Amino acid sequence: MADLKTQIIEQLNLQEVKPEDIGNDQPLFKEGLGLDSIDALELIVLLQQHYGIRIANPEQGPEIFYSVRSMAEYITANQKQPG
Amino acid sequence: MNNSNAYITASCVIRDQQVYRNGSLLWQHTPAVELQDFLRRGYDRFSGQYPKFHKMDPLSKLGWLAAEVLLNAAPVEDHLPEQVAVVLSNRSASLDTDLRYYNTVKDIPSPALFVYTLPNIVIGEICIRHGFKGEHIFFTTGSFDAQLVSSYAGLLLSGGLATACICGWVEVMDQQYEAALFMIERQQREGSALFTADAIMDIYRQPAVKI
Repeated sequence: MADLKTQIIEQLNLQEVKPEDIGNDQPLFKEGLGLDSIDALELIVLLQQHYGIRIANPEQGPEIFYSVRSMAEYITANQKQPG
Repeated sequence: MNNSNAYITASCVIRDQQVYRNGSLLWQHTPAVELQDFLRRGYDRFSGQYPKFHKMDPLSKLGWLAAEVLLNAAPVEDHLPEQVAVVLSNRSASLDTDLRYYNTVKDIPSPALFVYTLPNIVIGEICIRHGFKGEHIFFTTGSFDAQLVSSYAGLLLSGGLATACICGWVEVMDQQYEAALFMIERQQREGSALFTADAIMDIYRQPAVKI
């Protein structure tokens, strides 16, 4: 999950946030990291660029992007295995 | 138009890695760095504690930074949020960001870049930061048109649509940049100058001259 935190920081340009500042279960939006709707779109781009995952059902967004842990679990479950 | 009932109560000019406030050199950064690095250092020097700054495009960062410096010298608490107008202009509109966004379209279009593909977004960023809710407009002209900007700002002030107006020029294209913001108020303050097109043009051209 450390790599994912670094990717989130780079993708969202969170220059004043360090990976260790983001708790695994901390909400990413609203009261947590304070991300906004544009950040949500950037997280979708991150999944596509880094993991080749396209979110088929947008309604899953709040569940997938609730925290770093929920994102990591979604990536693990949906990432295509090479070869 | 005659703007004799309004005053320039503060100014900020940023160019060549130098920041001027009210005609005096406030800060300069050496050696030469890329624009984004300069803007980050300016943010650290004059503001901080506003993480959204890092997500802005260079045009918004420059205008936002100039407004920070300007409003440190010209508190706007005397004005209702609905009575603070913003009238800005530049030469390249949002072309600097448009081109970077266009480059992402070849792969995956960047939502974060897309939202800055309008020049008036810089006004929005300034208004969000300071809570302004007044009239605003963004002009695109070949060079700083002091007459146009002062006429429009004067109209807002004389027509009762605003009691204060932040106006000026915020230009970014690649590594070329320049910002000149002026705080115009109907009330005279210590050190203020009569608001005319010539007066703001003089400050724009010669930031070392104290108003």
